[in-house]
Parts: sequence; C-alpha cells; structure tokens
Amino acid sequence: MSTKKPVLQVKGLRVSFFTDDGEVPAVDDIDFYVREGEVLGIVGESGCGKSVTSLSVMGLIPNPPGKIVAGEIKLNGEELTSASEKRMRQIRGNDVAMIFQEPMTSLNPLFTIGSQLMDATLIHKKGNKKQAKKRAIDMLKLVGLPRAEELMNEYPHQLSGGMRQRVMIAMAMVCDPKLLIADEPTTALDVTIQAQILKLMKRLNIELNTAIMLITHDLGVVAETCERVVVMYAGKVVENGDAVDIFKDPQHPYTRGLIQSVPDMRHKKQRLYSIPGNVPRPGSIKQGCRFAARCEFAFDRCLQEDPPLYKTAEGHSTRCFLFDNQEGKVNDNRATVTS
Amino acid sequence: MAEPAKQLEPVQHQDETLPPWKEAWRNFKKNKIAIVGLSIVTFFIIVAIFAPWIAPEGINDQKLSERLQAPSSEYWFGTDDFGRDIFSRVVHGARISLWVGFLAVVGSAVVGSTLGIIAGYYGRWVDTIISRLFDIMLAFPSILLAIAVVSILGPSLRNALIAIAIINVPNFGRLIRSKVLSVKEEEYIMAARAIGMSDFRILFSHVLPNSMTPIIVQGSLAIATAIIEAAALGFLGLGAQAPQPEWGAMLSASRSFLIQAPWTMFFPGLAIMLVVLGFNLMGDGLRDALDPKMKT
Repeated sequence: MSTKKPVLQVKGLRVSFFTDDGEVPAVDDIDFYVREGEVLGIVGESGCGKSVTSLSVMGLIPNPPGKIVAGEIKLNGEELTSASEKRMRQIRGNDVAMIFQEPMTSLNPLFTIGSQLMDATLIHKKGNKKQAKKRAIDMLKLVGLPRAEELMNEYPHQLSGGMRQRVMIAMAMVCDPKLLIADEPTTALDVTIQAQILKLMKRLNIELNTAIMLITHDLGVVAETCERVVVMYAGKVVENGDAVDIFKDPQHPYTRGLIQSVPDMRHKKQRLYSIPGNVPRPGSIKQGCRFAARCEFAFDRCLQEDPPLYKTAEGHSTRCFLFDNQEGKVNDNRATVTS
Repeated sequence: MAEPAKQLEPVQHQDETLPPWKEAWRNFKKNKIAIVGLSIVTFFIIVAIFAPWIAPEGINDQKLSERLQAPSSEYWFGTDDFGRDIFSRVVHGARISLWVGFLAVVGSAVVGSTLGIIAGYYGRWVDTIISRLFDIMLAFPSILLAIAVVSILGPSLRNALIAIAIINVPNFGRLIRSKVLSVKEEEYIMAARAIGMSDFRILFSHVLPNSMTPIIVQGSLAIATAIIEAAALGFLGLGAQAPQPEWGAMLSASRSFLIQAPWTMFFPGLAIMLVVLGFNLMGDGLRDALDPKMKT
C-alpha cells in the first residue's frame, strides 16, 4: 500500500433521485478514495451510477430531483456534502475540475477559446487579463495544441473533437487542481484520438501530480491508464483493487463478464461474450444481490441477502458470496438480511 | 507535397475565423428580399431622423384657405381639413411610429427576456408563477388588453407605448423561456458550473448570449406589430392625441371626409403599410440568417 494520503475520500455515499414514482437510489452506499497523484478508474455499464458519483463530488447533482441522502465526501480533508454553494464554487475548477464526454458541446459556441480559458483563471486566481491570457496560452501549449496564440482567437466550431477535448483539459487544468474528474473523456472520440487524449492525461498526471478519477465503461482505457479500479454495478461498488490484480484475477462475476466481453485478438473465431440482460433500473431490486439475475454463479443466498464487500487480498475486495469463506468482510455491518 | 498545403491553409483559415455575427451578416446579405426590407427600414429611419429638414412645413401650420387640397406639386400628399401639409405630417409621423415601435419592443424585450430567463433557468415555482402570468396575459386578445391598460392609465402616446410594451412581454418571455430550457441543458453550461462560475454569470455570459437569436428575430418582427398596435390605439383615440401627427390618429381624423379627400387617408396608411412590410421582411431575413447557426 502506498503511503500517499488520499485527495478524495468518499464514504457511504448515497444519492437518490426523488421522482413521481418515489425515491430512486442512483448511488447506494459507496466507498472509495483517490490518492494523491493517482489515476483511479471507475468502471461500469451505463446507468450504474458512475456519472452521478462524479457529479456528487463536484456538488453538481441537479437538485431537485437529485439529492445526496447520506455519506461523506472529503476533498483534502474538507467535507463537501455540507459545504455552502459559495464554498463549492470556490472549490470547483480550483481544487477539483471536471471534463465531460462530449467535447463538441462542452464549449460555448459564441465565445473564443481564449475567452473561455481565461474565464476559468479569472474566477479563481488573482491577477489581470494579461496574466490570465499568458496562463491560457501556456496551458494550450501544455496540452499539446499547435499555434496556441492563434487558437485563443478562434471559435469552438473551428476545432476538431480531439482539439476541443484538449481545450477542455486545458480549461480544467488551468487552476492546477488536485483532482481531475474525467467523465468518459474519450467515448466520443475516435480510437486514434482516444489514445492521444489518454496519453496526454497520463502525462499531465505524472508531470503535474494531479490525481485523476477516470470514469469509463471501456476496460481498455482502464488497463492503459489506471493504477486502481473501482467496479460499479447498479449504484454499488462490486469490486475494487489494483488494476493489475483486477485484470489478472477478476473476482466478481460482473467484473469477469466485463473483462470477457472485451474483444481478444487471440480468439478470433469465438463469438464475443456478453453479459446477459441489462443493468436493473435503480431501485427495482429490493432484495438480494443486484447482479444475481444476470449472474451464472447465483445461488439461493444471492437472492435473499445483499452481499457485503469481502476482502480477498491486500487492497482488493469483492461484493460476492462466492468469497464468503475467505479472510473476512470489509464492512460486515451492511450484510443485512432483508425480510 | 508540403507547398500546396501551405498555400491553401491561410486562405481557408481566414475564411473560417468569422465571428458568429459576421457569418450571420454574410447569410443576410445573400437574401435579396431581406435587403429590400432593410432598405425600407433604413429609409424610414433616415426620414425620421431628418424629419425637420425634409418636411417643407411644420406639423401644425394651418392654412384654412387651403383645406383638403388634392396632392399637387406644392402639397405632395395634399392637405387635411385644417389645411396642414400631409407630407410634412407623415414625415414627422415616422418619428413617432418608429420611436413608439422601437421603445415598446425594447421595453417588452428587456422585461420579457429577464422574466423568461429567470423562469427557464430556475424552473420550479418561479417558473410556474411567471409562466401562469404569461398565460393569463395571453388569454386576452392583445389589442383588448392594450385598450384596458390605456383606459386605466389614460389616453396618451406615452401610455399607449407602455400598453404595447406590456402586451408584448409574454411573447418574449415565453420564447426566451423555451430557448433557455434547451440552452441550460447544454454541456457548456455544466462545464461553466464545473469551473466554478456563479449562476448569475452563467445566466448573463452563457445563457443569454446563446438565447439572443430568437430575441433579435422576434424583436424585429414585434416592431412591426407594435407600430400597427400604436396606430390602432391612435385610431381609436387612445394613443397619440391631436395635433400629434401620428399615422393612426391621422387615419382616424380622415374618416369624416374619406370620399371627398381620400389622400388624407391614403398616405398615412401607405406609410404604415410600408414600414410594417419593411420590418417584416427584415425580420424574416434575420431569422433565415441566424437560424442555420442555431442548428449546429
């Protein structure tokens, strides 16, 4: 285990959306942390609560209908769930920044790249426009964009998707945040550009020692960039551990399924594996393991009880009864039998 | 290999660096009908600005010996029942009509947009209150509402202007509200929040500029309706009062001798028609020029 202290620590986070049909828990009691200068991957299918988790950290859950019901989010030791909106504004962009999935629409079409980049600096840092401009140009150069000075006066529609994502990264990094949340940053880009963007993020991670929380459904992306992985399913953490361990020894049936469904060049003839079924609608499973319905190993107990996280190795834990006889439960108090 | 690319790049580059408003102007210029509209509007604006120098006589110069004269080389548009030169009055009337149209629309656009933005951005009960208010106002036929407002405030040109501004508020408000509803879901709004921008700044530096196009288009079309409404109120005696040379009031005054002196009605009517046509053509052109941009 590294001795680096965590930048972000999330404990027992529960986020619900209050709709006409009642309370829908999108994120249900999750724990994870991101250490200084580390890249953490959060993996899962669409609708398993990855984005909601990242938005909760930013304090940007649309409220109503969304609400953080329980848990704590500590950024550099500061509790964010109870922070005022004013304080959150100071934190956003300065201590924690975020980049989004769609680079094509993440920039305001009416303003130049320069003015949008400078905005980010002017909000958080003291200094005049000239300094902000210099900083903006430096950032554009840092993210590897050519002719940075000219780009400052150009409009978003003149840039390609990859360039815009670089601009978004520049904008996120302009105030030198401790943590960068990247919500599927490469999903909308084509494969060659994806690789470039991931490389860039990894480089910034090493050069500037910015921790990155990388949200993705693409295990390939995780394998390339992340040191640790949190696998989420239906609003819960089902497995977490070092990336190497998880790829070498995936434990939760869901993780195994995910890894199996990545095309493998060595077995060309086989039909690609896919996990049967869909992610259940949040709140629809009241009893038992949420993955039970899709799990090939499911047995009676899985339908009755909600499994806790079992610690299976140093820094590796799994939410599955298959590991019940192992070393011990990480959080045994949560293994409640529902009547 | 590298050379032809080098030659091409700067040309293409310059072509693409147009700010959005310049691109809109380029689209607008291509539209001949819109240019006709713009020319008519410009013509009336020039007439309005230089009215005292264009008009050969004052608006109230009465020559009782020359009442109801037909158009001639001396009186281009003829004279009215007080022997006043109709041409001079129509020219001065351009000032009143454009002024009323412009002010009323600016007033309703400012109030309507502010309410619409607040309703659209904050949603919930704020939205409910503002939207229902708009609904109530739109439930009345607009001219009836204007008459009601003027009858409360008392008939005068200024009150007519206020009435017209009030009745146009919901049109702008609803338009902007719906635009804001779609703009606020854009990812750049979330991105702006993610860099720590305040709601107020997001509203005015991101939401408002991106919602501007419909305001501009609606604004140019609304000036046309506002001018008609002002004329209608003037015609009913609720707007401009004699002897103000307001076109609608002039029409109203000409009613009693329509048969003997049709020019007393024809020229103010023509002026109203032309200026409204001009604004409508220009507004349509603006919409065509600005809309393709909005789709991307």
